[in-house]
Amino acid sequence: MASASIQIGDDPLFLCALRRADDALILGHRLSEWCGHAPMLEEDMALANIALDLLGQARELYSYAAKVEGRGNDEDRLAYLRDERQYRNLLLLEQPNGDFARTMVRQLFYSAFADPYWRAMMNSSDPTLAAIAAKSEKESAYHLRHSSEWIIRLGDGTAESHRRAQEAIEHLWAFTGEMFEADAGERGLIDAGIAIDPASLREQWQSTVSAVLTEATLTQPTNPWMQQGGRGGRHSEHLGHLLAELQYTQRAFPGLTW
Amino acid sequence: MVTLALTDSELRQRAWDAAATVVDPEIPVLSIADLGVLREVSVKDGRVEVAITPTYSGCPAMTMITLEIELALERVGIPDADVRTVLAPAWTTDWMSEEGRQKLKAYGIAPPLPASGRRALFGAQKVACPQCGSVDTEVLSEFGSTSCKALWRCKSCREPFDYFKCH
Ligand SMILES: [Zn+2]
Repeated sequence: MASASIQIGDDPLFLCALRRADDALILGHRLSEWCGHAPMLEEDMALANIALDLLGQARELYSYAAKVEGRGNDEDRLAYLRDERQYRNLLLLEQPNGDFARTMVRQLFYSAFADPYWRAMMNSSDPTLAAIAAKSEKESAYHLRHSSEWIIRLGDGTAESHRRAQEAIEHLWAFTGEMFEADAGERGLIDAGIAIDPASLREQWQSTVSAVLTEATLTQPTNPWMQQGGRGGRHSEHLGHLLAELQYTQRAFPGLTW
Repeated sequence: MVTLALTDSELRQRAWDAAATVVDPEIPVLSIADLGVLREVSVKDGRVEVAITPTYSGCPAMTMITLEIELALERVGIPDADVRTVLAPAWTTDWMSEEGRQKLKAYGIAPPLPASGRRALFGAQKVACPQCGSVDTEVLSEFGSTSCKALWRCKSCREPFDYFKCH
């Protein structure tokens, strides 16, 4: 019975916390896939460290979402017992790691958003979200610096590293628009001072990304068409595979603990 | 259970002193009091409450620290303490005691710079080598052997060292 899939409700505050929790969990899981496979030992440790920060953020956010929801769920049930259509993460973050350049471009695109997002959320009128934001903000500053430095090194490196970094940018660009969206429910939270409007961060995001790409001698795509769906539960085919690995043990052995 | 004929303030002091002996499992020269992880000890209706705050969101040491506090209190006759994790205000390296900084350095880990330094996107930080004191040092990786440390190298004495990141 513990293995029955959870259907999520539509309370705006619950969804607001859940979306950010899903972002952190899914990106953290992707980064953890590099463990033991990174191009060098220092980077193996760096990616695992960033994954750990994100997992920590996810745990706090899931615990709060479960409390807001008030249906007896907890962080583990929310993470392990939802099918892909019940996940609300950005499509960008579920995209496969690809090569190291693709992983770093994905990280730059997300961290250039997450860093100012959490800084702004420190002023949320919701004390729990503000407290989670204050911790996440410190961590995302390091994630942004780390990915920025790598993009510059790759773009301004060899012909091969430049080609791969540019290819990654072209591939992931269409997934960046979704970060700035908010649905009607979240609009209500924005008006109440609980959430911030992600669209208000677009300019800052653009300026960070432009500064890094310019220094890296890389080119920003001009194609304005943007992919969307993750925030509403419509995902790419990759999320199902990721969840199969993430959830396997709890689905096979319901309620198993260490 | 041992019945303690102590006032609330004596009980609180006894609990604080015991909890303050717990060390960070990843940096065993630092106590949780040195680190600023131990936030508050209070007594409510005769029951001890201990508040701790995580250094990093994903700090895996928190579970162990909670357990160690419960054991430390049990050893001084306080078996039913309530250890809570609080998130606000967010922990910062600025809370690390001066004694803690000296202990870190003696242990071979460069103590954290003031937290304002972390915001620079491409930071020019001056971290002194804990071995020889030279500031002719360079970062090897922002992410070291634990969440709270970065890996640096001294260009004077050629030794690598850990730097406790400002946060
Ligand atoms: Zn030295």
